[in-house]
Amino acid sequence: MPVVEAVDLAKSFGETQALRGLDLTVERATVLAVLGPNGAGKTTAVRILTTLVRPDSGHATIDGIDVVAEPARVRARIGLTGQYAAVDERLTGRENLELIGRFFRQSGGRARERATELLTGFDLVDAGDRVVKGYSGGMRRRLDIAMSLVARPKVLFLDEPTTGLDPRSRLAMWELIESLVAEGTTTMLTTQYLDEADRLADSIVVVDHGTVIARGTPQELKDRLGGHTVTVDLLPGAGPETPAAVVAALAPHRTAGPVRHSDRHRVVVSVRADTTTPDVVHDLDAAGLVVADVTVERPTLDDVFMGLTGHGASENELTTENGTGTRTGTRSKNKTKTSSGAKP
Amino acid sequence: MTTQLSDSATDSGPVTDAEFVEPPQTVIWALRDSWNEATRHLRAVPRNLDLLIFATLQPIMFVLLFRYVFGGSISVPGFSYNQYLMPGIFAQTMVFGSGFTGIGLAEDLQRGFIDRLRSLPISQSAVLVGRTVSDLLRNLLTFAVMLAVAFAIGFRFEGGLVRGIGASGLLLFFSYAFSWIQALIGLSVKSVEAANSGGFLWMFPMTFVSSAFVPTEDMPSWLAKVADANPFTVATNAARALYNGNDPGSDVWQALAWATGITVVFATLAIRRFTRTASR
Repeated sequence: MPVVEAVDLAKSFGETQALRGLDLTVERATVLAVLGPNGAGKTTAVRILTTLVRPDSGHATIDGIDVVAEPARVRARIGLTGQYAAVDERLTGRENLELIGRFFRQSGGRARERATELLTGFDLVDAGDRVVKGYSGGMRRRLDIAMSLVARPKVLFLDEPTTGLDPRSRLAMWELIESLVAEGTTTMLTTQYLDEADRLADSIVVVDHGTVIARGTPQELKDRLGGHTVTVDLLPGAGPETPAAVVAALAPHRTAGPVRHSDRHRVVVSVRADTTTPDVVHDLDAAGLVVADVTVERPTLDDVFMGLTGHGASENELTTENGTGTRTGTRSKNKTKTSSGAKP
Repeated sequence: MTTQLSDSATDSGPVTDAEFVEPPQTVIWALRDSWNEATRHLRAVPRNLDLLIFATLQPIMFVLLFRYVFGGSISVPGFSYNQYLMPGIFAQTMVFGSGFTGIGLAEDLQRGFIDRLRSLPISQSAVLVGRTVSDLLRNLLTFAVMLAVAFAIGFRFEGGLVRGIGASGLLLFFSYAFSWIQALIGLSVKSVEAANSGGFLWMFPMTFVSSAFVPTEDMPSWLAKVADANPFTVATNAARALYNGNDPGSDVWQALAWATGITVVFATLAIRRFTRTASR
């Protein structure tokens, strides 16, 4: 039996349909990544599964227990780390952990013992008796996750665990999540980052406009999405180097993904995941085409969405509030440029 | 920053079905949850000494300003102005003290802490009971400081210690009742700033259009009617009579009825609101 099961969940907030028939399951001791842009409904799904919001229709269970009918029993089995570190910054790290322990009816001694274990495990021993106000963003996140694990939940929900973290803390957070998963913690995480889902998840559901548009293992999705994209920059005013000629030259590597021209001097095509930069350069040479630059990229969230829906992920972001629209733009790219000679 | 989980944390993994213990849900546990939540706020009080000092300076300032600025020019038949004024200032300070409830809740909402609490297997009302109780205890502290200052400038329990304590308890009860109104406001507005202004704005007319600072007979008759119907007037009059050893008539019972009614109605509304509130 899956630990988490959601069937046909729908939820509207006024005119906005946040979820329209979402289905997902998380199997025991696995990680499910819910991947999607801002406003796709990821957080609403987490909030329904953690009993914070009631669905308009559909149903969901945690460990077989209905989230609407028996919220208290569900709450006893889950740990939630929301998008913003929910720590009391007036208290010390230790006090925050002990507070949660007492809320889970642990004895004073047991709550202290568990707090010490978690402070040790999350590298917060030195900071444990300091007030959280002075913690860094990464420390707050770690404490936040530690607080979600006080009662050793059957399923851990992580809502965008690395949003807003600097690259170093992000990597550290990935390692932390990996070690939790290695211990058998069933996890459902939401993310806007394809590389994050790829690295952490056993399976991925891609969500757009409140419904699942694709699901599978990271490998299955990548295969389906045509692996990499090649961006070819043309020299201005060149002779035979038309976009069509470039597409023709790369035909042996191409997959079903669409061809995009951002302007007359740039062509973007989807290619198989085993395509290397030297392959592309070689084929362009063989066709007698001289170009300014060639870039082979792993698919980004934009590419996933382009491949699945024909529109980019950032389209959705334009409609969100100020300041949140740039997140996808800051995603880390696994670029390999011809000049660097690196393998893809 | 290392994130290698050390051996001692290797049981952060999930519990097996056999190990799992359902947290008990009883009234006793609901009370313990409430107290647990109250201590979360009380623990923070001594750590934020600036806030504590300013919170107590304000009522001291009010006591001194009203006593020495207005004291000379307002005369109330049958009272020294000091004995008339102080119960009014106590009452106003106690009601204003309830504003912290709304601000604190709005802060917790904004930071996502309410989500964390709502996802725990605890009594849902404990979060609000804990918050209001901790604010009551903080107001008790403010009241003690204010009483000390009032005594220093000549205020006395003319009606004796028991009545004096009774009057103070009545005002604290009012403060607690108003905390529930503030809780509802804090849970309903969109930001901490709105909780602040929305929580305090209406308390100015409520406390000034009353018998707290001047007798209502001196007001224009339409305003006097409003002031006399104001529950804040009822509470102030009841406390004033008890402090001064006068016959409070039915004011004490009326005041207790008001405080009870406000508590019951607004606690119900606030708890209902809480269980449905999405964080922002």
